[in-house]
Amino acid sequence: MSDALLTFLLRLADDHLILGHRLSEWCGHAPMLEEDLAMPNMALDLIGQARALYQYAAEIEGKGRSEDDLAYLRRERDYVNCLMVERPNGDFGHTMLRQLYFAAFMEPFWTMASTSRDETLAGIAAKAVKETAYHIRHAGEWVVRLGDGTEESRRRMEAAIDALAPYVDELFEGDAVSAEMTKAGIAPEPASLRAEFDRTVGAIFAEARLTFAPAAYAQTGGRQGRHGEAMGFILADLQHMQRTYPGATW
Amino acid sequence: MSKTEIPLWEVFIRPRNGLAHKHCGSVHAADEVMAIQAARDVYTRRGEGVSIWVVPSAAIVASDPEHKDENFEPALTKIYRHPTFYDIPDDVGHM
Repeated sequence: MSDALLTFLLRLADDHLILGHRLSEWCGHAPMLEEDLAMPNMALDLIGQARALYQYAAEIEGKGRSEDDLAYLRRERDYVNCLMVERPNGDFGHTMLRQLYFAAFMEPFWTMASTSRDETLAGIAAKAVKETAYHIRHAGEWVVRLGDGTEESRRRMEAAIDALAPYVDELFEGDAVSAEMTKAGIAPEPASLRAEFDRTVGAIFAEARLTFAPAAYAQTGGRQGRHGEAMGFILADLQHMQRTYPGATW
Repeated sequence: MSKTEIPLWEVFIRPRNGLAHKHCGSVHAADEVMAIQAARDVYTRRGEGVSIWVVPSAAIVASDPEHKDENFEPALTKIYRHPTFYDIPDDVGHM
């Protein structure tokens, strides 16, 4: 049980850390000052959620590792985030679409997890659900305006839909770990979140006059630690300080 | 690509219920929905508010700086308009 719980928590935490890191890469590079604050705001929400999850994971593991050890000192194959969050940022529209997808997936997850039998997870979820609702709103409003905007913004949104399509199905993958979490009343089965995800994204796409085109094939492997070529570069950035100055603190 | 500039919005934040909205700055945004979001992201990061107003900057009518003297100087010599000429009994306490 505690093995499955640990894997489950690390998957969730890694998703949030890696996506938070990706968003933070926009800091100082956003197309306008307002977004230069909005994206790091969302990044900080995600990293805050990751911290809470790593702290809990470290406690469940019970081997004396800290949240920093889990976040910064594992090897690439030990990270179990989904592939979507590690994909490069692309242009602003691409980043907003990825944010919408992830938030539309997490919102029903957190909503259900807020009544989890695991009290620690329920507490993390109760806080995260509000943050996630704002991410949907923020990213969603951009997707609407860029999709139903100029010819160029529309072309870019369509390119983003195509580029991210192979990474959508992985979000909803289940396995023995997720089955055990569901059985224990700790977390919802990812596949059960698909309908709500489709509703959220569908409503926004309708307003944006965009159509979702499923990919010919779906990428998979992140949950088992098999990552794309982007992951090593992320970890090089992310782990540089801790590896150069082990134990460094503020 | 359109060269239209993104409009400017003035942002007013109410720090607590019962207080008035106060001007705190401006943001660029394509429309009112995005302006509220931008204002939230730029001006309420440290728990500054419980309510946001945004107003198109173009809708603000401002006094002419050239009329500063005739507008405001006459008030400077009328100190009797300040309520500082009353003796308040100690029992009233802080007003």
